[in-house]
Amino acid sequence: MEPDKLIEAIKAKFPDEVVGEGSHVGQYWAVIKRDKVAEICRFLKEDPDTKMDYLIDITAVDYQPRTPRFEVVYIMHSMKHVHRVRLKVLLSEDDPVVPSVTGVWRTADWLERETYDLMGIKFDGHPDLCRILLPDDWEGHPLRKDYPIEGPEWKFVPLP
Amino acid sequence: MGPQHPSTHGVLRLVLELDGERVHSCKPYVGYLHRGSEKLAEVKTYQQIVPLTDRFDYLSCGNNNLAYAIAVEKLMGIEVPARADYLRTIVAELSRISSHLLWLATHAADIGAVTVLLYCLREREELLGLFEILTGARLTVSYVNIGGVRRDAPLEFISRCREFIEGMPRRIDEYNTLIMENRIWLGRTKGIGIIPYEEAIDWGLTGGSLRGSGVNYDLRKAIPYAAYDRVEFDVPLGEKGDVYDRYIIRIEEMRQSLRIITQCLKDLPGGAYKADIPTVSLPLKDKVMGDIESLIHQFVLVSKGFEVPKGEVYVGCEVPKGELGFYIVSDGSEKPWRMKVRSPSYVNLQVLPRMVKGHIIADIVSCIGSIDIVLGEVDR
Repeated sequence: MEPDKLIEAIKAKFPDEVVGEGSHVGQYWAVIKRDKVAEICRFLKEDPDTKMDYLIDITAVDYQPRTPRFEVVYIMHSMKHVHRVRLKVLLSEDDPVVPSVTGVWRTADWLERETYDLMGIKFDGHPDLCRILLPDDWEGHPLRKDYPIEGPEWKFVPLP
Repeated sequence: MGPQHPSTHGVLRLVLELDGERVHSCKPYVGYLHRGSEKLAEVKTYQQIVPLTDRFDYLSCGNNNLAYAIAVEKLMGIEVPARADYLRTIVAELSRISSHLLWLATHAADIGAVTVLLYCLREREELLGLFEILTGARLTVSYVNIGGVRRDAPLEFISRCREFIEGMPRRIDEYNTLIMENRIWLGRTKGIGIIPYEEAIDWGLTGGSLRGSGVNYDLRKAIPYAAYDRVEFDVPLGEKGDVYDRYIIRIEEMRQSLRIITQCLKDLPGGAYKADIPTVSLPLKDKVMGDIESLIHQFVLVSKGFEVPKGEVYVGCEVPKGELGFYIVSDGSEKPWRMKVRSPSYVNLQVLPRMVKGHIIADIVSCIGSIDIVLGEVDR
């Protein structure tokens, strides 16, 4: 299926959830509202015309100073039809929560953990949302634009 | 099974819940090699990120550079000349052989077949010598630039490469005589770490781990890039999805890589090795040393960088470990706004707890080796 038809298929099935779409260099994406992310992903996975059985990536982009600030991007692929599509969810700074898709693809587990760890996006319904790449007691989310590139200010605390 | 362990292929920590020797559950802790590459990429120009990409999977640097360069070129709409495509494919396949050789060396050595380690490293020395002739560096080559490749291939490289390819199939047979029908090897790899077909796709595996379970998905065939649509090669598939199948596949992939390189060397076209776009490609070195305009051109390109039009792209390439993808968001300036690296080892490592459940501790070592992870890529 051509990528733009995929967007049409999502819009036909969930007309209220799609709030935008776009494309660039031949790759298409649909912007959806966050409440039914898991349902839309399940539809894309199970519908025989789309059959997106393979989740490539979940990531987040920080568009500060634009509001809404965060954008969670899901990139998925179909083994059978060899087509790809992206889904985007816009989140604001004070409420960066989105439903988890670990029930749809098992791959989403660590991908969501990394997005939480580095960007601070919380995934509702994730079995074990904790830091993965950074130490467990790290403060802050480094990939955000207001986190300095040099790292945090180090405080030297004497050993107890 | 702590971060310092000879068989975890790097700094990987596993917390195991055991019932005697049987593994009840396993939780991997990663992040010991996290260097913040994605944050660093936001303050570097697009050309400066190429050496950063070398350091992800440091065993197959030609492939990482290629994946990144193709992503940026797609965003910019640049087409590279045919000679650059073929040279990139040759370097990518040589890197694939190099990565698989080290995989076999460490995987076999972990299980106990130490001779294989020394045999594979002997071939790898020749390969690294080849890289040195072509690019100037043995390991982190940074050969593939945006717009083409960094240097042209000297004649010595082509003749040494041909000699290497002619001698390699015999060496692969040598490795097979050591372990393929060895009773201990079969006992430690057959039936261990089985991942069935649907689960392999659901867990997001790619590369040898996915093809071991029988899924015919190789990005070089599915969404071809570089010169892969102009060469013929087969993609080996496994049946059961155990450690032995993944081993057989990677040995066969080495042979197919040799086939690809032979065809590329035969069909290597002449012409330019970088795209003739003054805003992207550096001028030739002798001109830079000769006239002032080229010197200024080089200075501006190296210090300021080139601007990439606003937009975003996701491109994935088949590196030895799986699908390496770059999701690049550009805001129109000469540094990316966001670069996300979809690394295959990170996603493949998720399946480890599922794979080792019910096995004994010694099988964990076989399983980690068969997924083929590199911690540099897991942690970025």
